[in-house]
Amino acid sequence: MTDILARFAAFARRSGLARMRPERSTGRVMAVSVAFLGVFALIDARLLQLGLRKEPPPTFKSSIEDTLAKPRPDILDREGRVLATDVMSWSIFAEPKRLVDKDEAVDQLATALPGVDSAALRRKFDGKKGFVWVARKVTEKERAEVFHLGLPGIGFVREPKRVYPNGPIGAHVIGAVNTDNVGIAGLEEYIDRQGLATLRDSGIKIRQADLKPLVTSLDLRATQALRDELEWGMRTFSPKAAGGAIVDVNTGEVLAMASLPDFDPNVPADALKKDNIDRIAVGTYEMGSTFKAMTLAMGLESGKFTLRSMVDARHSLRYGRFTIHDFEAQHRMLSYPEVFTFSSNIGAAHIALAAGVDAHQAFLRKMGQLTRLRTELPESASPIVPKHWSDLNTITIAFGQGINVTPLQALMAVCSIVNGGRIMPPTFLKVADPATRTGTRVISEATSEDMRYLMRMNAVKGSARKANIPGYFVGGKTGTADKIVHGHYDHSKVFTTFMAAVPVDKPKYLFFVMYDQPQALKKDGGFHTSAYNSGRVAGRLIRRVLPLLGEPPLDAAPADPFPRIAASGYPLDPLALALTK
Amino acid sequence: MISRTDRSLASEWWWTVDRWLVGAVLLLMVTGLVVSLAASPPVAARLHLSTFHFVHRQALYLVPAAIALIATSTLDMRQTRRAALGLYVVSLLLIVLALKFGVEVKGSRRWIFGVQPSEFLKPAFVVLVAWAFSEGGKGRDRPGAWIAFALLPVTIVPLLMQPDFGQTMLLSIVWAALFFMAGLHWLWVAGIGGVGGVGVMAAYKLSPHVHERISQFLGGGAATANGGAASFQVDTALASFVSGGLFGRGPGEGIVKRSLPDSHTDFAFAVVGEEFGVVACMAIAAVFAFVVVRGLFLASRDDDPFARFAAAGLLTLFGLQSVINMAVDVHLMPAKGMTLPFISYGGSSLISLAIEMGFLIAVTRRRPRASLSSVGEAPFAAAPAE
Repeated sequence: MTDILARFAAFARRSGLARMRPERSTGRVMAVSVAFLGVFALIDARLLQLGLRKEPPPTFKSSIEDTLAKPRPDILDREGRVLATDVMSWSIFAEPKRLVDKDEAVDQLATALPGVDSAALRRKFDGKKGFVWVARKVTEKERAEVFHLGLPGIGFVREPKRVYPNGPIGAHVIGAVNTDNVGIAGLEEYIDRQGLATLRDSGIKIRQADLKPLVTSLDLRATQALRDELEWGMRTFSPKAAGGAIVDVNTGEVLAMASLPDFDPNVPADALKKDNIDRIAVGTYEMGSTFKAMTLAMGLESGKFTLRSMVDARHSLRYGRFTIHDFEAQHRMLSYPEVFTFSSNIGAAHIALAAGVDAHQAFLRKMGQLTRLRTELPESASPIVPKHWSDLNTITIAFGQGINVTPLQALMAVCSIVNGGRIMPPTFLKVADPATRTGTRVISEATSEDMRYLMRMNAVKGSARKANIPGYFVGGKTGTADKIVHGHYDHSKVFTTFMAAVPVDKPKYLFFVMYDQPQALKKDGGFHTSAYNSGRVAGRLIRRVLPLLGEPPLDAAPADPFPRIAASGYPLDPLALALTK
Repeated sequence: MISRTDRSLASEWWWTVDRWLVGAVLLLMVTGLVVSLAASPPVAARLHLSTFHFVHRQALYLVPAAIALIATSTLDMRQTRRAALGLYVVSLLLIVLALKFGVEVKGSRRWIFGVQPSEFLKPAFVVLVAWAFSEGGKGRDRPGAWIAFALLPVTIVPLLMQPDFGQTMLLSIVWAALFFMAGLHWLWVAGIGGVGGVGVMAAYKLSPHVHERISQFLGGGAATANGGAASFQVDTALASFVSGGLFGRGPGEGIVKRSLPDSHTDFAFAVVGEEFGVVACMAIAAVFAFVVVRGLFLASRDDDPFARFAAAGLLTLFGLQSVINMAVDVHLMPAKGMTLPFISYGGSSLISLAIEMGFLIAVTRRRPRASLSSVGEAPFAAAPAE
């Protein structure tokens, strides 16, 4: 060891390693001077570069703003009225380390921004994060108030805020977005799924002006009227929930849809509350007599029945330990239209049994009742279909018990029954060219005409009279289903639906109204069946909405509304042909 | 005009100092006052002080600063060394006291009796190291080189304990530059360079703070929302240069400066950029460059090794500090808290800089060649060759 050191010392002496060499220092001082000059030149060059730059560099603030700038396309109704749009708002952030007095800052901020929880804010300020949000998406006025507090460490960035000027009108269709402007329900979520999210994540800067607005099938005024009338029904019949829709039967466009209770999409958290679900698209119900329309259409389509057929409704129908009764029992042979107008369970069951279980199942499958209906809305639900389908299932399903479907699904089937036999999934986007919406044929034109006649008969003679609004050629069908309470059907708790097609000779619109557990009114003699609530509301709707959709009341009944039936020599009821005044 | 024949102290001073250096330093002091007019009102407003609070303070500090500058610049070589030794001992003592009794500000103990002793330690340290190297150059029997070696740890260990990595780094670099300029073997230079490199690497690996700063710098400047507020100042500083353009928005017209928390200290240069334009910034940089180059030129010609080393060391200190501050402001290097000499606000800093420049002017004063006024300070030619 000492040897190595000694040799190193000797080397050091020889090579002058340990010696200061002042004679070298002149050059070295000059070298340092030149190095300094180089660095100063570099700084000057950089200064010039910055001074000549036009665009401001990406700053901390602007980079947050870029991250936050998640513009979304406007959502419009079919007439171009705004349903959802972006407005610029302010978001307030804090850099806790720069706050001079945290207590004071919390106090002042909580006073200026009433929505801010001071205890939570204090916790955020005490945390380790260098950047925390104080409030997101506040108004210009609130920003100005906080700005004038002059707190160091508090900053502001611009951020687009989604605004729904119509509040809850059309809320279930429009949906909502979360704080980060990402769709969480309805068409808002659809927009993200259609590639907006991908586009945004790709890092491409999107400007709101570049995004094409989404034109929906909704008509804002019809939607507002629908919601308003449903609310009238909520007040009048005190049900648990209500729903309604107006559909263009020829294109499947949903012109109006509402489900109560609903939410204001400006308060997005409410969109996810369980009670506020969209009962039209997501709720599944036993649709009751609405299914009878399908059963009767199937009977006519099978060729086994015609309008002249008589159906046995003399006795209750026994099957094993079950007995099927009629609500308005006639105890006689019923004509085919009478099965519909008296809403005979026994008649419907006989018609379905005549077709057989397999044909019944095949028909319902064709009508889209056994599979999950998917639309543009992310929300959907599977129907509840019996696993083993026996004669008994066919009997009950014939009059709408023992199968749960979404109202939207049932609506789709009824549309196809009245529109000439073409089925198509409902759409929430405006159809540019109706010719493209041909759908799939499920029943013949003739069957559809027969069914329209049945609905017209029901509106003038049967349970749909309350919706037979003077001046309109209305056809309708009521549906009242007892609700299952503890495994048994409870007559006191009902689920009522109403469907009306207008004008029923050449239908354009289908009106649908439903109430869950409506209460009977005294003046109605204690009845809580569909006609008294859903039917009544549907009538009010027809009267109010059709003029909005450009359909004034008619002066005279349409000539030859049911040409095929008339040609066959069938004795059409004159009441059904006349325009109700 | 002072007569050359006047042998009074003032006359002696006037005819021997490098008047270019004195002029440049005075120009910087006045510039600092003008800049504080622009850069400090937003900070004063944030702290609920009167608009020109920091301007008044800066002007007030200029008086003792000027006195300190003139006073130190009149010292001769021996007096300079003694003053430096005294200043060094006192400030080191204060630093140690501050470690024990000082007030903790932003996580470190740097202040005692209202001053930051480390500011005064810097020029004293440089003069002492220069002294040690010059002694070491005189012969093998002198312990100068070893004292120079020992001075570094003695000085930086208390600084590291504060902790103050910025000053530690600055003093280490100046010490290494002096080593280089003193003419040591290249092997040493390479070795010290290697140790410095390892030190920087270790800091990057071990200190999360250093790691973050460097990563942020390499990340290209644009911070992400979660990237942290540290680059906020740098980004804002860049924005103010761009906002100012070539000729600036005009005095008092700055907008970006309002969101620059350290606008009156570390980022004063950026405020100059916004209000007076990058041309003004380049002019200020030119004054700094002039002081450094002129001073080093004078130093390289000086025959007295102590005077040469002291001047070179003081200028390296001064130049490095200004270059680091400007480079950070224009985002040429990672964010490092460093004030711009004379331009940034700060009382301790101003007075210590005055002393620093006073020492510089003192050691660069013209002396009669081969002056024998102080015994033992023979020029190199007279150094005993063994």
